[in-house]
Amino acid sequence: MDTIAARAPVTTTAETSFERPNYLNSSYGWKSWLLTLDHKRIAILYLISVTAFFALGGIFAGLVRLELLTPEGDLMGPDTYNRVFTMHGVIMVFFFLIPAIPAVLGNFLVPLMVGAKDLAMPRLNLASWYVYNLGGLFTLWAVVHGGVDTGWTFYTPFSTTYSNTYVIPTALGIFITGFSTIFTALNFIITIHRMRAPGLSWFRLPLFIWSTYATSLIIMLGTPVIAITILLVGIERGFHIGIFDPRLGGDPVLFEHMFWFYSHPAVYIMILPAMGVVSELVGHFARKKVFGYRIVAFASVAIAVLGFLVWGHHLFVAGESVYSATVFSVLSMLVAVPSAVKVFNWTATLYEGSISYQTPMLYALGFIGLFTIGGLTGVMVATLGIDVHVHDTYFVVAHFHYVMVGGTIMAYLGGLHYWWPKMTGRLYSTFLSRLSALLVFVGFNLTFFPQFILGYLGMPRRYWSYPPEFQVLNVLSTAGATVLGVGYLLPICYFGWSLRYGAKSGNNPWGAVSLEWDTPSPPPTENFYTTPVVTHGPYEYLAEDVHNRLTQEANFE
Amino acid sequence: MAEPQHHVTPVSTYVYVFLALLVCTVLTYFAAKADFGLLNNFIAMAIAITKALLVLYFFMELRHSTRMTVLTAAAGFFWLFLMIGLFLMDYGTRMAVVLPVPGK
Repeated sequence: MDTIAARAPVTTTAETSFERPNYLNSSYGWKSWLLTLDHKRIAILYLISVTAFFALGGIFAGLVRLELLTPEGDLMGPDTYNRVFTMHGVIMVFFFLIPAIPAVLGNFLVPLMVGAKDLAMPRLNLASWYVYNLGGLFTLWAVVHGGVDTGWTFYTPFSTTYSNTYVIPTALGIFITGFSTIFTALNFIITIHRMRAPGLSWFRLPLFIWSTYATSLIIMLGTPVIAITILLVGIERGFHIGIFDPRLGGDPVLFEHMFWFYSHPAVYIMILPAMGVVSELVGHFARKKVFGYRIVAFASVAIAVLGFLVWGHHLFVAGESVYSATVFSVLSMLVAVPSAVKVFNWTATLYEGSISYQTPMLYALGFIGLFTIGGLTGVMVATLGIDVHVHDTYFVVAHFHYVMVGGTIMAYLGGLHYWWPKMTGRLYSTFLSRLSALLVFVGFNLTFFPQFILGYLGMPRRYWSYPPEFQVLNVLSTAGATVLGVGYLLPICYFGWSLRYGAKSGNNPWGAVSLEWDTPSPPPTENFYTTPVVTHGPYEYLAEDVHNRLTQEANFE
Repeated sequence: MAEPQHHVTPVSTYVYVFLALLVCTVLTYFAAKADFGLLNNFIAMAIAITKALLVLYFFMELRHSTRMTVLTAAAGFFWLFLMIGLFLMDYGTRMAVVLPVPGK
């Protein structure tokens, strides 16, 4: 089987002939994992947890698509359908998309990229994993006992007064999990501020660190608000104290304001780390410094700030004042500017780059295309006149899946493929991984592009049945979801295979020049044998590096 | 950045601040019972802000913290005011909808 080792420019026999002590073989037994304070092991624990939740959320997505294969409600009734799509949303948003990149890739990479031995607070880091799983258990309890039917948005007064499902346990699970993301964000902010290696100035930091930093700011500032909102829902539901229910003197629009004050920035919690991953991949696989490095770095911060000012576009038809809606519409369009800056700069980086179409790069290119479609349709729904018509239709469903799935998951998978040799010291199948990237891209578009048309034609979201004239597009969408599912299953198979049978990767199979590759793969427990002194930026490729890699590729082909 | 210096606050300070917080709570109660007209919200918010400042300044030791810590705390409040400000932008600009009466 051909592996990326065949293209490895700096792997030597000496590097792979003996096994150095590393974080994987430093100690054995379940206690050494469950009580570990090593950020790398905690990242692996998170990888296992978020993968399990992703699989569960995926099963719910499969059930939704299966039900929508035919116009009638053949598979399940409306009540069950409500629970299924709600659990899909809750699990995917709060237990996969929000923690995936920060908790897995961020945990593993932040100390390595800043040249530190660990995160600033290793015990808090381990606690965050336990808290995450505790929140997950509450939600799983709700799933086992019948789930919740409010939609992942928990809109009041339905969630506080009328729903007869497990609102409180699910909300409590989300409330608890919020603390785990706060712990992680706090750790990142302190580590980035205080533990950078000598010579590692802010503008020598990899762009992944910039975006992780911006994400951490959003988490710290936004998560307490959703926690309080959820608590207020519980108080109104449990004690009938009027906060959101108009009959008790409350205001349901207040809930939407409070919910979206966090939940819209949460989209940037998902997409900003993904953008950081893509910046790394584009720079390394084009063998060029990312075009407009500083602007891309500041764009992350701009997205974090502006992302807090746009939530009102979710309330255009909810009773929000016209004046307020107009202001939020303009602000929503503004956030497209730094996002577009990033897309243009990635494209400019590719120009005259020495591009290598390895699997991670295929995912990165997929991200750029899909995120652009998701972003542009975001500008469309930020326009008041259009939003009134497509609100709560499949157009919106397609739009946010292009951003959250086409964006975040593509980047997450790209990042996993790129740093897998760093994490495990092993290689995986080039053929299968490229096939997987292709299946994910094709499957994704086949699933969600028809939904733009369905929404434009007026098919509302969250219904278990639909008029027969919408069936062809729904069949296409379900077929695409099947392809997408296969695309997601493949990496689980070949990554699992590579753990045991994959060839040794050597320290730096991609020939990358950023700091995390400046230490063995897998890294030792203390990350670096000696404290690194940084003398250059993360994308400073010499002409010689590029020439060496091109020569190796030419020999291989 | 300057390293924070270690200060030992006497227990009595914490006791006085705690008592001040209790007094403010009692004030909140009586203020809620009385009708000050337009000043109702202003008085309630003034007491609440005083209590928050006491907690920040003494219990959270912001008075002995670095400028970065003060900035971080200020950012939290800035975001809170941003949120409330934009909420009020909506609530303050809603117009009463006057439906046309048929036949008139």
